[in-house]
Order: sequence, then C-alpha cells, then structure tokens
Amino acid sequence: METTAGSKKALKFAYYPGCSLHATAVDYNESTLAVAEALGIDLVEVPDWSCCGSTPAHCTDELLAAALPAKNMIAAGTVADEMLVCCSACFSRLKFAQKHIEEKENIRTKLSKIMPVEQAQSIKVRHLLDVLVQDIGVEKIAELKQQDLGLKVACYYGCLLTRPPKVTELDDAEDPCFMDDLLTAAGMETVPWPYKTECCGASFSLTRTEIVLRLVADILQMAKEAEVDCISVACPLCHANLDMRQSDIKKKLGLKYDIPIFYFTQLLGMAFGLEQGKLGIGRSLVDCKELLAAKGIK
Amino acid sequence: MKHVIKREQLRPDIIQTIEELSGQDIKSCYQCGKCSAGCPIAADMDVPPNQVIRQLQLGFVDEALRLKTIWLCASCETCTTRCPREVDLAAVMDALRNIAIQKGIRSPERAVTLFNKIFLSTVKRYGRVFEMELIGMFNTGTLNFFKDMTKAPKLFFKGRLKLFPNFTGRKMANTVFKDVKRIKSSGPEENSEPSKGI
Ligand code: SF4
Ligand code: SF4
Repeated sequence: METTAGSKKALKFAYYPGCSLHATAVDYNESTLAVAEALGIDLVEVPDWSCCGSTPAHCTDELLAAALPAKNMIAAGTVADEMLVCCSACFSRLKFAQKHIEEKENIRTKLSKIMPVEQAQSIKVRHLLDVLVQDIGVEKIAELKQQDLGLKVACYYGCLLTRPPKVTELDDAEDPCFMDDLLTAAGMETVPWPYKTECCGASFSLTRTEIVLRLVADILQMAKEAEVDCISVACPLCHANLDMRQSDIKKKLGLKYDIPIFYFTQLLGMAFGLEQGKLGIGRSLVDCKELLAAKGIK
Repeated sequence: MKHVIKREQLRPDIIQTIEELSGQDIKSCYQCGKCSAGCPIAADMDVPPNQVIRQLQLGFVDEALRLKTIWLCASCETCTTRCPREVDLAAVMDALRNIAIQKGIRSPERAVTLFNKIFLSTVKRYGRVFEMELIGMFNTGTLNFFKDMTKAPKLFFKGRLKLFPNFTGRKMANTVFKDVKRIKSSGPEENSEPSKGI
C-alpha cells in the first residue's frame, strides 16, 4: 500500500488486539481499525492469539509470564516483521518477556526447550501511539484532519505505556508528550497536567475497588482542575477504571465528575471525519453525546 | 547491649533465590525512600516498599513473604523507574509473590490472589479472558455475589460484555500452560518445589 508521501514503505503489522479489545474495549478495537484504514496501515491479526497472561501471570510464575507472550510473538512473526499492540498492559508484558528472555539465562534456556525463543526475540513490538508518531508522523495526521473538534483534552498515559523506559523504549517516562503531539496535530488543545502517568490501580478494579476509586478520583480531580472537556487514554484498563468507576465515585465518595473518556483513536477518527458508529463512540458509560453535540462534532 | 547477627541470618539462601528471580542486588538499595514516596498504593500497604527491601537486607524473608504489601503492589513500575540506585523494586515484588505462591504461603490479600488464580484458570480454559465467568467466579469466591452486577447489563447493552467465551486462542494457551508445567517439573532446579500457584 502506498502512503501519500510515496517515499515511505507500506506499513504492515501483525495486530495483537489482546483480550480487552475483543470485549470491554471493543470501542478501542473499532476505532483502531478505522484509523488504521484511514492511514493506510495494513493490520493482519496474529493467528489464533491467546491472552498475554497480564498481571496474574507475572505475579504467579515468571516462566509462564514470559511463555505466553513469547508464543504470541512467534505466531505474530508468521504474518509480519513488526507487531502492533494497543493495550498498554499487553504492550508492557510483551516487551518485558523479550527483555527477560534476553537477560535471564534461566528463562531463555527453559523456554528454548518448549519453543523457538529466537523467533520471539526477532519481532519488533510496537505500541500504536508510537507507530503513529514515528512511522506516520504528525504532518500526515494534520493533513488528514477534516474537522476541528474544538476540544480541550487531558492526555492520560497511565503507568505501563512509558514505564520503565528501559523496557518500553518510548518517550519521557515522567512527562510524555507523544499523545499530546498527535492530538494537537489533529486540531485539539491538550493541557499540561501533573497526573499524566499516575497509576489508576489497573487490575485492582475488582479486587480492591476502594483503592481504585481513590486513585481514579484523584486523576479526575486533576483533569477537572485543568478545565478539560474530556480525557484521552491509550489503554483499555485505564479506560475501564476512569469511565466505569465514575458512577461509583459519585455514590461512594460523593464526588461528581462526569468527564467523558475517549480512546485517542476515537478522537483522531472524529477529527478525520470518520463516522462515529465506526469508532465505537457512545459505548462508554459516561455520556459523551452531550459534549459532542455542544461542540457541534458530527 | 551487644547484638550478634549471624551471617546466615543476614543472608539466608532464599535471598539468593530472590536475587536470581528478580535479577536485582538487594544490597544496592540505600534506603532513600524515593520508591515509597511515589508509590500510589503505599497508603494502603502494611509496610511501604522501601521497608520491604530493608526487611530482605536484614534477613527477615519470612516476614516479607507474608506482607500485604507484596499483593497490593500494582506493578505500576513507578518505583523501578525512579530509583536512584536502579533497583528494580517491581521485579523484587514479583519474585516475592512467585516464591510465596511456590511455598504455599497464605496471602493476607485473599481477594487479589483469588482473582489471579481465577484469571489464569479462565485463560487456561478458553485461551482468552472471559469476563462474565471471571467476575462471576470471583464474586462467588469472595461471597460478594452482587458486586458490580449493576454494571453487567449496562456493559452488555453497550456491546462490551460477551455472553459466551471465545475459544480461538485455546490451543495456544493450553500448549503453553502444559509445556511450562512440564519444564518446571523436569530436572533438579534451584526452584524445583512443586508450584501450587497454577
Ligand atoms: S528508591 Fe531505590 S534506593 Fe531508594 S529506598 Fe527505594 S529501592 Fe532503595
Ligand atoms: S510497582 Fe508496586 S511498589 Fe512500585 S510504585 Fe508501583 S505499586 Fe508501588
């Protein structure tokens, strides 16, 4: 596939949606596919992929935590040289597995008994945000902009997308800006705010809900003080906590925020003039239709 | 008063296992406390993260393995990113959790360990997470049957909750679980105690 610039080679990736994007985060999946199509990125789903093991695997057994991602990376290698991941938690687990296989002899030797580990090491694991900034570039994003959303956005990166930098190999771990760069290029205003990378409690959403409510309330409060219209996220776990827990925060802590949470792909898609239905707009629990209507976003 | 601390008490063998599992040198930590200052969960822990390392430095491994802290650590990697001594504390927490499970030590944070167990069992069974069953089994296990149940219909109508599992990834996950179990049980290894975790 040719990009408009003509000089860049076709972008083809083995796409690893991960469990969330096929369930609670279908809207992230839908908007990713729509935006990828608009940008001419070719996504081939990793054949018969399985769960990466997520937090429960690395809490339980380091070998299993490396083996599940490794097997998926090997499968990804059969369809492309680079693997595209949208979920920050999956991204983290895949990158960690590669690092552990490389650095820990014990893991490498054991895994090599059950799979060709070098194949898992040879694939490049990329997060969608990174691909959009590095391979597509903000100029192209700006070119594709069809409508001005007029939104003031707080970009929330969460923990695992940038941390630890030795593993993720992405932008600044304390004050990342690449999501801001993308949304700015697409005509939105983003704000500097201190809670970009604060933890939302991720996997404790079910188990220690009260901790999550406290952490999420802090994040929402900071966003509110930055006077934004909405928050943009790049991870289904962040989205689940920030969106789904707002009603509990109202009930249990008496704090009312009603801040719509979007995936950055949904915001980009709307700026590109893509149909909202194709971007999964309206699937979140906090209503966003009112905001979109008020801004005249179609 | 004279205190005698024996070398074996300071460096029990298990410290070496922790260091190997985590790839960290426990002695590198100089107790500045930066990890605890930035830890989002520190307020809910029984002992802040830096003191977990301190316990290990002083040989109190059994105590460390029984802390709530190791199960409340969210693996957010903040401490690891900020440590001036480049101690990967999140990796140490992982090692402690792995060992606690191997040794069958009862977790003081039962909900967290139960969740992990159910999560992995659904992955093993279906290949991918099946939320309906995960939440159902978790609520049953914690005897809190209706927790978050008002969310289910909302999510369902928003098209975000599936009623049936997807089996596409089953073969891959099954193979991995089986193979990992096999290599763990084969040959005399330093951590060859049978795993009770999975
Ligand atoms: S930040 Fe590092 S050196 Fe400081 S107390 Fe924590 S682990 Fe030790
Ligand atoms: S990784 Fe664990 S100990 Fe470290 S800051 Fe995060 S929650 Fe705290």
